[in-house]
Amino acid sequence: MSAPALDPVRTPSSDEAVTSSGRTGKQARATPARFDTALGWNDRPGVSWVLRILLCALALGIFAAPFLTILSGALSTHPSGSSLTFLPHDSTLLNFRVAGERGIWDYFTNSLVIAGGGLLLQLVVCVLAAYALARHRFRGQALIMTLFMLTMMLPEEVIAIPLSLVLGHVPVVGIDLKGTVWGVILPLGAWGFSVMLLTEFMKDIPREIEEAARLDGVGELRMLWQVVLPLCRPALGVAGVLGFIMIWDQYLLPLIAAKDPTDYTVTVALSILRTDPEVGSGVVLAGAVIALVPSLVVYLLLQRSLVAGIAAGATKG
Amino acid sequence: MTATTATTASAASAVGPDRRGGPVGRFFRRKTVLPWLFLAPGLLLALVFKFLPMGKGIWLSFFDVRPFLGDKWVGLDNYTRVLTDHRFQDAVGHTLLLGIGQSLGAIAVGFLLALLLEGQARSLKIIRTAVFLPVVTATAVVGELWRLMYYPTSDGLVNSALGFLGLGPTPFLDNPDTALWATMVMGVWMAAPYNMVIILAGLAGVDRTLYEAAAMDGVSLWQRLRYVTLPAIRPAVGIVLTLAAIRGLRVFTEVYVLTGGGPAGSTEVWMTRAYTLGFTRNDIGGASAASVVLLAVTLLLTVSVNYFRKRGDVR
Repeated sequence: MSAPALDPVRTPSSDEAVTSSGRTGKQARATPARFDTALGWNDRPGVSWVLRILLCALALGIFAAPFLTILSGALSTHPSGSSLTFLPHDSTLLNFRVAGERGIWDYFTNSLVIAGGGLLLQLVVCVLAAYALARHRFRGQALIMTLFMLTMMLPEEVIAIPLSLVLGHVPVVGIDLKGTVWGVILPLGAWGFSVMLLTEFMKDIPREIEEAARLDGVGELRMLWQVVLPLCRPALGVAGVLGFIMIWDQYLLPLIAAKDPTDYTVTVALSILRTDPEVGSGVVLAGAVIALVPSLVVYLLLQRSLVAGIAAGATKG
Repeated sequence: MTATTATTASAASAVGPDRRGGPVGRFFRRKTVLPWLFLAPGLLLALVFKFLPMGKGIWLSFFDVRPFLGDKWVGLDNYTRVLTDHRFQDAVGHTLLLGIGQSLGAIAVGFLLALLLEGQARSLKIIRTAVFLPVVTATAVVGELWRLMYYPTSDGLVNSALGFLGLGPTPFLDNPDTALWATMVMGVWMAAPYNMVIILAGLAGVDRTLYEAAAMDGVSLWQRLRYVTLPAIRPAVGIVLTLAAIRGLRVFTEVYVLTGGGPAGSTEVWMTRAYTLGFTRNDIGGASAASVVLLAVTLLLTVSVNYFRKRGDVR
């Protein structure tokens, strides 16, 4: 859906050409690949084939191989900048033990609680809002949509100072959220991107399905839970994986919402490890590995959703 | 297709409740109150944690904030102070340089990556997955990684690669002349694979028959890229540039983690400066004024970009 929207050259009649020559798997592999790519790469051994392999190796070396240095540094006994290689000379788990003694697992737990709770809250809040925006018509609908879009333009960086004051004393109720996970979770609840994505998706659900359910006497909440949500699974996957990566990447928010360093998330805590004169860079890298693993797991499990989400975000944003 | 479904859907919803002919109270609830119940959590959170801080920030920017003495109205003093402060002016320069350099660099590299990795083969998909890793990795982790890659002695990773080419070791992050460029390279590294995905989606939409037609006309590879591929992916590139420009203005974590604004303020950007002012120096009024200026510029940029894009669509 996203690809044709990005393409102004395509004429209506070229629909068949696109499907038969390029994008869909089986046929494309059966026919010669000469016009499949912009550069005209082909799979037959030859100069272009060798060149492409070399360039791919270079791309991997620049973008992926550095991650091996994190791992090798974390596993090596003499961790310093000078012993950094792609593979460790002698491996040990000592760095992880030292990082554990410095409380890395507590920070990691903070991160997990915040990521899990934050994502759950974000999904619930955004699904509810999207349901109202997509399946109901009411006064001020456009205004509300704009408000949700605006939340994307008010990132924590821009409102950090007043937000830290608000977190210290929430108006009306007057609670101090600093030092609690709620201080990080609640500001992440309303995320315009997820609202927008889910709204667009829910709009495409045929009205007939809803009508049929209504005739069976299904109420609003059951309608959302049992009819709309199961149909939204792909969009929920996208919102979930993008939301998780966004929350895991938070830096400033956990920093300003913390009362003292024990409240930090694992990503923020890396800077504590770094400034600790008693630990070497191997321990910092062990911490980095620990901070890296969850986003890596989520990415590898759900990469299809992630890529679909980026493409959708680009065409809609 | 989307448009058709939406129209039929809205038409049906207009008819729906009447056809059912429920009691007035129920009708009232469904039509007016119910959507707001669903919207309430989101609106409440956005109000308290986004819009209220924004309003408070604007309000505080006109005050000299003194915790125990009470705030004092100072009008536009904070703004003039911030805008005439040479460290802030330097920070604006760095922000612009970093934002523009990073955006353009990440687009160029992303485009090259997309051209290289376009295709259906399974091996290409695996390479794309691996190349995308910098995007999903938390910025703080990337910062730690690059601090070690930029290790200043000749056996640091980047320096030993340079040594291979016969160049002497450079203390990238400790030298005011190179620190900003080193930060920019890391930014490009983080953002390029993201752009690659968007550009790949654009490339997938290019009509293959155009390539065939171009080949029959005997055009060179460069001409094919210039006249067939580039026009086709231009909308994608426009979107990528807009997003990057807006993100570039509020760059914080990368710089804060990698250099903390140093050495000698050579990588200080607008937001790290505002952060130092607000949280280290306790000048909340000044920091708020700085944030409001940034917010205004961001809004202006977004609105004007949208305006020009819409105008472009109409034409």
